[in-house]
Amino acid sequence: MIPLHSVLLLAGVLFALSVAGIFLNRKNVILLLMCIELMLLAVNFNFVAFAHQLGDLHGQVFVFFIMTVAAAESAIGLAILVVLFRERRTIDVEDLDTMKG
Amino acid sequence: MSIVEILFYVFAVFLVTAAVGVITARNPVHCALFLVLAFFHSAVIWLLMEAEFLAIVLMLVYVGAVMVLFLFVVMMLDVNIAALREGFTRYAPLGILVAALVKSLGGASPEATVSVAVEGYSNTRALGELLYTKYLYPFELAAVLLLVAIVAAIALTMRHRAGLKAQDIAGQVSVRAKDRVRIVKMPAETER
Repeated sequence: MIPLHSVLLLAGVLFALSVAGIFLNRKNVILLLMCIELMLLAVNFNFVAFAHQLGDLHGQVFVFFIMTVAAAESAIGLAILVVLFRERRTIDVEDLDTMKG
Repeated sequence: MSIVEILFYVFAVFLVTAAVGVITARNPVHCALFLVLAFFHSAVIWLLMEAEFLAIVLMLVYVGAVMVLFLFVVMMLDVNIAALREGFTRYAPLGILVAALVKSLGGASPEATVSVAVEGYSNTRALGELLYTKYLYPFELAAVLLLVAIVAAIALTMRHRAGLKAQDIAGQVSVRAKDRVRIVKMPAETER
């Protein structure tokens, strides 16, 4: 039996690492998308851990839906990225300032 | 400490190492491959936590599809990596600070209880029974969402190049006789 607090600690460390990754690689959009994937994985860890702990399958159903949404998100995100690169020849976040934000 | 627990800690260490690799590797291809490694170890840990179906789905969907898509895009785009790496060390203290802040938000966890693993129990079967009865409507919504994602991804990346020789079926079908035949009226010519 895996202790719940170790799994939660692992998920927390993963989430913190991915947040740090977003701050470290804030120029490259592909790496930002990868860090988001890692973040979703950390959240899924919590769901699986609690589903295991409480003997309740509903948590695993939620993981299933999160994975569906994450797959759709990364597909559309990468498609947008490809279009962006075709138009601007760059994926640097700091060059994407057409809207003067 | 049971064998499951030892395996969990071993794979957890590998998983955290892979995650560190994802955020620090210089080459985006290495980042993607580290992420694949992280997904592998996560799948193993999920197997240890008796989520067998989700572990297999993680392997098939993430490693098999999403990461291949990532690798494809990373390799297709001709990106100047060195320019994108600028400021990595400048942002490093900020990144570490944010990671520490997020980590410090954690609280206490509830006490452990014992889970039940009956003989002949199938995680896939139980999950399927739940998914196709109670969660049927969200399940269909997820299917629609994936369909929308397919259509959006194709519509975004489809490119109309000039000078491409291809059949325009709709144009061919909708053509009318008056578009093709021009009736010219001219006076009859006579020999002088």
